[in-house]
Amino acid sequence: MTEPTTSTVSRRLSGPWSLLAGHPIAIIGAAVMVTVIAAAILAPLLWTSDPIALNPVNRLKGPGEAFWLGTDMYGRDVWSRVVYGARVSLTVGASAAVLSVVFGLLIGMVAGYIRWLDGIVMRIMDGLMAIPGILLAIALVSLSGASLTTVIVAITIPEVPRVVRLVRAVVLSVREEPYVEAAISMATPVPKILLKHILPNTIPPLIVQATYVCASAMLVESFLSFLGAGTPPEVPSWGNMMAEGRLFFPLAPWIVLFPGVALALTILAVNVLGDALRDKLDPKLARRI
Amino acid sequence: MTTAPVAESPVAERRTVLDVQGLTVRLPEGADRPNAIQDVSFSVGAGEIVCIVGESGSGKSVTAFTVMGLLPPRQLQPVAGRIVFEGDDLLTKSPTELRRMRGERLSMIFQEPMTALNPVMTVGDQIGEVLDIHTQLDRGERESRVLDIMELVRLPDPRAMLNAYPHQLSGGQRQRIMIASALILDPALLIADEPTTALDVTTQAQILKLVKEMQERRGTGVLFITHDFGVVADIADRVVVMQQGNVVETGTADEILRRPSHPYTRMLIGSVPSLNPPKRATLDRAPVALETRGLGKTYGGGGFLRKARTVRAAEDVNLIVRKGETLGIVGESGSGKSTVARCVVRLIDPTDGEIFLHDAEIATLSATLLRKHRKRVQIVFQDPYRSLNPRQTVAESIIEGPMNFDVSRADALAKARDLMTLVGLEPDAVDRYPHQFSGGQRQRICIARALAMEPDVLIADEAVSALDVSVQAQVLELLDDVRKKFNLAVLFITHDLRVAAQICDRIMVMHKGRVVEEGTTVEVFANPQQDYTKALFEAAPGRGYDFGGVRERAAAG
Repeated sequence: MTEPTTSTVSRRLSGPWSLLAGHPIAIIGAAVMVTVIAAAILAPLLWTSDPIALNPVNRLKGPGEAFWLGTDMYGRDVWSRVVYGARVSLTVGASAAVLSVVFGLLIGMVAGYIRWLDGIVMRIMDGLMAIPGILLAIALVSLSGASLTTVIVAITIPEVPRVVRLVRAVVLSVREEPYVEAAISMATPVPKILLKHILPNTIPPLIVQATYVCASAMLVESFLSFLGAGTPPEVPSWGNMMAEGRLFFPLAPWIVLFPGVALALTILAVNVLGDALRDKLDPKLARRI
Repeated sequence: MTTAPVAESPVAERRTVLDVQGLTVRLPEGADRPNAIQDVSFSVGAGEIVCIVGESGSGKSVTAFTVMGLLPPRQLQPVAGRIVFEGDDLLTKSPTELRRMRGERLSMIFQEPMTALNPVMTVGDQIGEVLDIHTQLDRGERESRVLDIMELVRLPDPRAMLNAYPHQLSGGQRQRIMIASALILDPALLIADEPTTALDVTTQAQILKLVKEMQERRGTGVLFITHDFGVVADIADRVVVMQQGNVVETGTADEILRRPSHPYTRMLIGSVPSLNPPKRATLDRAPVALETRGLGKTYGGGGFLRKARTVRAAEDVNLIVRKGETLGIVGESGSGKSTVARCVVRLIDPTDGEIFLHDAEIATLSATLLRKHRKRVQIVFQDPYRSLNPRQTVAESIIEGPMNFDVSRADALAKARDLMTLVGLEPDAVDRYPHQFSGGQRQRICIARALAMEPDVLIADEAVSALDVSVQAQVLELLDDVRKKFNLAVLFITHDLRVAAQICDRIMVMHKGRVVEEGTTVEVFANPQQDYTKALFEAAPGRGYDFGGVRERAAAG
């Protein structure tokens, strides 16, 4: 009972699948994610037609044999647009996650380890956090025009401070660890201490945070597109589809329904995966299950 | 069933309160042994203090938790035996029945009084909570009962303290609050799980006295879990010695402490360092390796636009450590002994005074200039579980320092293997991770890591305090060996007088940031001059027993 547990240490990652073992919902989530990613990559091979080509003859056709999920008011195939839309959502989600983690990690490590910089950096981060994300996105889009890059930047900026806070908190606690102090007393240079002793401790919470950033980025992208402040209208994104289809909802509900379902399922899957990772990587929660 | 008459009844007619028979608790599969505790039997009479003593992993806490019915469900399960408490087998009770008994008939106090108390509830309410659950008293009666018990456990000014929160109290006061809430309903059995381990020795002495007094006055049976034979000597009527989940020996305190029959008990008691320091050669002529003059550290102080409270962690500390000598700094928590150690290693920057390594003054050197001096002072920390980076192999940890000073990887690795042999570990073990070693082994690795830098000065900051006595004795021996071998100046920080007596040539006693007494270990132990030093020695548990003597007898026999 008095023996401190070493389980945090011995529970090493031995492959992505071991993380999901014993988590049936996480396995479903993983399956959904794999499907969505495969669909995005293999889009041209999945019996799709050109997602942008207008075809007025076939407008507002219901789901059927010719058009699995029906067509929209311009006669574009909804199935093709949903599949290609996955590319947009995943690009936005993954880019926002990677960018916010990279920047957040750099800034957070510096703020956490170099004490005199901490105050300055964190006040700037507080300032950034005070800007509403959607407002920033609308402002950026109206400044530099609607493009996928603008949307990604607009989503990443408000996420960075959250990651910075997380990393800084880990750095602040780990720098007090005796093994870090031992490294200091052995004259290990600061960059090496950060890289070898502190960085590895930030990885598990960061992976979890990244999944949440990813899910929230996809949601924000759809929302921005729905408002007309997101990706340009010709890009087949799920948000754009829902925005355009909403006028025809009583007539052709499938235009809104299918991209909506795709979005909901994908975000749910990412969140479930994030939860499973958190449970696995945080031994305090894992023990309770 | 009332406990009132028991206190007056003669010892011979002691009623048995708790009778544990053949208790076995199974561990989950994949553990290092099948059962956490195996076939454990003992009993506790009314008005009797029974100590369960053993090293970490011996199953003493599992035994206490099983009796309380507080084992984590599904992970640890009692599979055999009986726990008869006041005639009922506790193992057959439903959770509801057990809950009703806990607090009223049997209660428990824990090691860490800060975490055992609710930080957002006043201590008065916390003591009263037990009354709310088990009795129907009106407000006035409840308050007077709470005040009575607070007075009984000798809390100063109970009425004022009623509305205090735990963080406003000292560690000793918190433990008194815990004892008050455990005893308010006059339980027949009190289980104390290392209740003084987190406390300073002077506080520990007071709490032990209080437990003994309470138990005598109220006739409570006490099951006292501890790893410290000094504590056992001070309070136990009977002793149960546990090893690896088995009871190896039971007997009266005197039998166990003076004539232990089981080899394990003999080894344990023999490992307890004696309070009588051995004679050591004087080293007045050896060159000075480390010296501080007027060293001080003040925390806080005014910053930009604010006036903060200042704390003087250390003040005017003058020390000299010669080559080949061990200087001990002893003191209770908050005495500033660790502050001095950390200043010398420059993990924190001193605010006053000078630090000389041979002739170089390092107290105010900048990080760049300090670099070449880093090598000459190395430190071993208290907590073996946090002193090594868990994500690195032992080799990586040991070679880090030398490689910072341009030793080639191959040379550093070869040296690391030599050092592993030197500290008594397999050289091939360098490729393993820290979690594959025990606490004592990790502390050996930390010593190897420090030695890899070829320092002149080695600082041991409570380096053996987290270890079991048997392991402690071995690590102390190792520290003394490397001191001789490399002619090191050792600064040994400890709160444990027994350890200090055995390893230090000279000692310094610190109190509230200042050095109150200084001298050779033999002198200070034989003839302490200052009141504080005398009080400190007075409080050392188990003063009446010379544990080291048992070792000599064991070695002879």
